[in-house]
Amino acid sequence: MFGKLLVANRGEIAVRIIRAAKELELRTVAVFSDADKDSLAVRFADEAIRIGPAPANKSYLNIDAIIGAARETGAGAIHPGYGFLAENPRFAEAVADAGLVFVGPTPESIRSMGDKAAAREAARAAGVPIIPGSQGALADLAHALAIARHMGYPVMLKASAGGGGRGIRVAADEAGLAHHFHVARTEAAAAFGSGALYLERFITRARHIEVQVLGDGKRVVHCFERECSLQRRRQKVWEEAPSPAIDAKTRQALCDAAVRLAERVRYRGAGTVEFLYDDDSGEFFFMEMNTRIQVEHPVTEMVTGIDLVRATISIAQGQPLALHQADVAMHGAATEVRINAEDPDRDFRPSPGRVAALALPAGPGVRVDTMLYPGYVVPPYYDSLLAKIIVHAETRDLALARLRRALEEFSIEGVVTTVPLHKRLAQLSEVRAARFDTGFLERLLAA
Amino acid sequence: MAQHQVLSPLPGIFYRRPAPEQPPYKQDGDKVAEGDVIGLVEVMKQFTEIHADANGRVVRFLVDNEAPIEPEQPLLLIETS
Repeated sequence: MFGKLLVANRGEIAVRIIRAAKELELRTVAVFSDADKDSLAVRFADEAIRIGPAPANKSYLNIDAIIGAARETGAGAIHPGYGFLAENPRFAEAVADAGLVFVGPTPESIRSMGDKAAAREAARAAGVPIIPGSQGALADLAHALAIARHMGYPVMLKASAGGGGRGIRVAADEAGLAHHFHVARTEAAAAFGSGALYLERFITRARHIEVQVLGDGKRVVHCFERECSLQRRRQKVWEEAPSPAIDAKTRQALCDAAVRLAERVRYRGAGTVEFLYDDDSGEFFFMEMNTRIQVEHPVTEMVTGIDLVRATISIAQGQPLALHQADVAMHGAATEVRINAEDPDRDFRPSPGRVAALALPAGPGVRVDTMLYPGYVVPPYYDSLLAKIIVHAETRDLALARLRRALEEFSIEGVVTTVPLHKRLAQLSEVRAARFDTGFLERLLAA
Repeated sequence: MAQHQVLSPLPGIFYRRPAPEQPPYKQDGDKVAEGDVIGLVEVMKQFTEIHADANGRVVRFLVDNEAPIEPEQPLLLIETS
């Protein structure tokens, strides 16, 4: 058991974790870089300690500085939040080696889920569907054609050394595959230093659906799914629960698959199993598991009534999971929109600066997770997330009406935000009818 | 001799190289054409290329590599004739 928790993060998630820790009657320690000495987390925590200059690699990514801060303040545990060191197995190890509790999974879980091939293998072993594809690199075109014939078109050629959507070519049929194969190999060699290619089934209309799990190292429960298909540059901008796309049977299969995987790796803490859902065939495929609390966790908290952050801390205190699967129910619908300091009219150019005036939405069914206050200076050094507006209502339609009302109440001066984009999305007939896939938002913005 | 300053359109961290192991975009004395990339500004984890808005020759950079910069801060001095 520990009585004092250090939060190794910044921004809205640091505030969120401090709130949960206080509700568990723990003492809290905020860490801060020179750019964050006036942050809300610093104001809210019982103690605050400087860990370095503004650039993240000298502060929030500095393992020694964070562990040193825990030692100096006598904290017994460290919560990593999301981003920064949250999925760094060496950090989890260093925390344990220092005799402190890491609020999250074991270093082994983080490592195995962080390795694409190992994660895929664990999913396969747990009976979780994975996207059909070649096992390893393709030998030649004949090999590619044989695999594609077996799994069906369209297919996607990917550079083994690529990433983040680069080095991908889609082929609709054999002629297309033959055409793309050699070019893709040459391109991959030029761009990534390796011409190795692999093949995967291409899903034309994919939705991003993910399952929230909670485990105590022995037992795992799921807290249903979130749909996060509205993305820009692979960054989620809007999340909701339940997914408006799946029926009860698919939901059950999806959630069961996530629990099987998490149980197989004896998962401890909050985690998210991400799937691609094929809107045409109704199939779902494992993408990856995130071994941390997610930005969009409040969506799940709103529909289930479970405090996920408080649960992660209780699990780290060594308490067995209080929940049984039968206790977890989903009520109504929730939507979260991410308010970023970016200008949607200028290609999402970042907009740091001083918050001159601020009015946050409130009222029934509205929650705002933020680090903003009037006079706060949004620093240029970190990501652009300023606030999350989360709404909850009896139905999806009512939640969207509530979202439109909440967005009208929001006003900020001094920084430009993505609120106008969310106002537009919340009105749009396709969004209201949930007719979207992971490419929808980028097509909309390009139109 | 006419001189021109290239200003930063946004705040952030200024980088003179496309990547740490690569050479700088421009050195003192290099020719510059309008539209040439002269550096990168990192702000909120996004990188924006900074382009020259005049033709000429580099006199000198007015900020160091990896220095924090403000909007409208002069980055580069160009001799235009």
